[in-house]
Amino acid sequence: MSNTILQIDNVSRVFPGVRGGAPVRALEPTNLQVAQNDFITILGPSGCGKSTLLRIVAGLDRPTDGRVLLNGREIKGPGADRGMVFQSYTLFPWLTIAENIAYGLREKGIPKAQRQEIVASYTEKVGLRGFENHYPKQLSGGMQQRTAIARALANDPEILLLDEPFGALDNQTRGLMQELLLGIWERERKTVLFVTHDIEEAIFLASRVIVMSARPGRIKADIPVDLPHPRHYRMKTTPEFSDLKAQLTEEIRLEAMQAEGVH
Amino acid sequence: MPRPLEPVSQGTRVTLGISFFVLFVAAWAFATLGGFVSRTFLADPITMLQDGWLLLTRFGFLGDIGITVWRVVGGFILAALIAVPLGIMMGAYKSFEAFLEPFVSFARYLPASAFVPLLILWAGIGEMQKLLVIFIGSVFQIILMVAVAVGNTRRDLVEAAYTLGSSDQGVVKRVLIPANAPEIAEILRLVLGWAWTYVIVAELIGSSSGIGHMIIDSQALLATGQMIFGIIIIGVIGLISDFLFKAVNRKLFPWRLA
Repeated sequence: MSNTILQIDNVSRVFPGVRGGAPVRALEPTNLQVAQNDFITILGPSGCGKSTLLRIVAGLDRPTDGRVLLNGREIKGPGADRGMVFQSYTLFPWLTIAENIAYGLREKGIPKAQRQEIVASYTEKVGLRGFENHYPKQLSGGMQQRTAIARALANDPEILLLDEPFGALDNQTRGLMQELLLGIWERERKTVLFVTHDIEEAIFLASRVIVMSARPGRIKADIPVDLPHPRHYRMKTTPEFSDLKAQLTEEIRLEAMQAEGVH
Repeated sequence: MPRPLEPVSQGTRVTLGISFFVLFVAAWAFATLGGFVSRTFLADPITMLQDGWLLLTRFGFLGDIGITVWRVVGGFILAALIAVPLGIMMGAYKSFEAFLEPFVSFARYLPASAFVPLLILWAGIGEMQKLLVIFIGSVFQIILMVAVAVGNTRRDLVEAAYTLGSSDQGVVKRVLIPANAPEIAEILRLVLGWAWTYVIVAELIGSSSGIGHMIIDSQALLATGQMIFGIIIIGVIGLISDFLFKAVNRKLFPWRLA
């Protein structure tokens, strides 16, 4: 693959056993190459190691074996070159929305005037103008996650990592958030790695869907999504979309059954 | 009948709160003025107020109150200045915690009042001795409670900070400290309450001024009215300091209430 930005090389993860129990293999040796500007969704049932894989890329977890290269450099720990959005609401509650978005810029030592400019532009992009001086507690879950996306993007990372960011939101809000994120990606062409267990979400957002198997996790299928851009929510009812959905549902169903011990 | 956990209005809350004070004083007045309790052991509320007025106007009790407040605040600030940074360090760095935690946990159970005779030997009966009693009584408590609070900081906030480019030092300064500042303020408020009990003990033994000294003097005279007045003053000052602390916290940490 040309212009690979992220390369996952034989990465596996074994968690040591708790209280003398057997060690748990969360992730089989996994290989994945991510091209510049790709939007990859990683789809799998709960506990398939997809979040573990993402956390390893983020540098928040270490692989037991293998390595991850970002632009040819091995990842040793977390850093500002990989923006992360978590499933839980991780805005700093003591900072206002604007201060939250500016957090990474402040850590980089970017001067105040420039900081304000960047914050204003991202507040606009995620549709939070007028809420700059609110505290996270005063915002809905959807608004908090939009702020979290803005906070990650304001840092201008090489790659954006999202760990089921819309998992805690209601269905309608989730749909809106998907469109918002996709809109940003279509305009700015960031490289995105997005973990989800929602099949529709995985197809709608992705240029490539990676399906992971039940524990121990490994990549089971790598399916390109050639639906045209810009995508509109109505695309979810087209035959092409439904075909993909049927195909992925089948893949995931088997895994979910295995994970739950149903045969 | 009220339901469990059902909130009450602000007005009802204040009325109920005051009515217990009224009830308490009424029961006390009934027991003493009604002649059910000997005046030698317990003064009635009116005598108590008269004695209190006498103390304030004739015997310079305001000076005693001032010196006691000064001792509490002085010893407490000294303890906080040392304990808060240490607690933050212990909460943040596990090796530091492993190094100090066992000793601090042990020292926490050493009763500050038991140090009074020893401290008199070391520091005499001057102000230093009083400050040290407060200091010993407060410092270990604050260290341990702050360490626990900081150690319990939400991990996902710390992780978020790292992915935004924070250094280790940045995480301590810009996540661990601001995240726990309200909790630390709350710990200080709590421990300040305990410091009040230590200062009185320190003043009961080897002191020539302060509220505790007045109480022990009054005992020799069987002046229960004065003793009770002194005790009540301590309660009132505690209530005021609590109120001030809460008001300052509200001002400093608006995000908590947002």
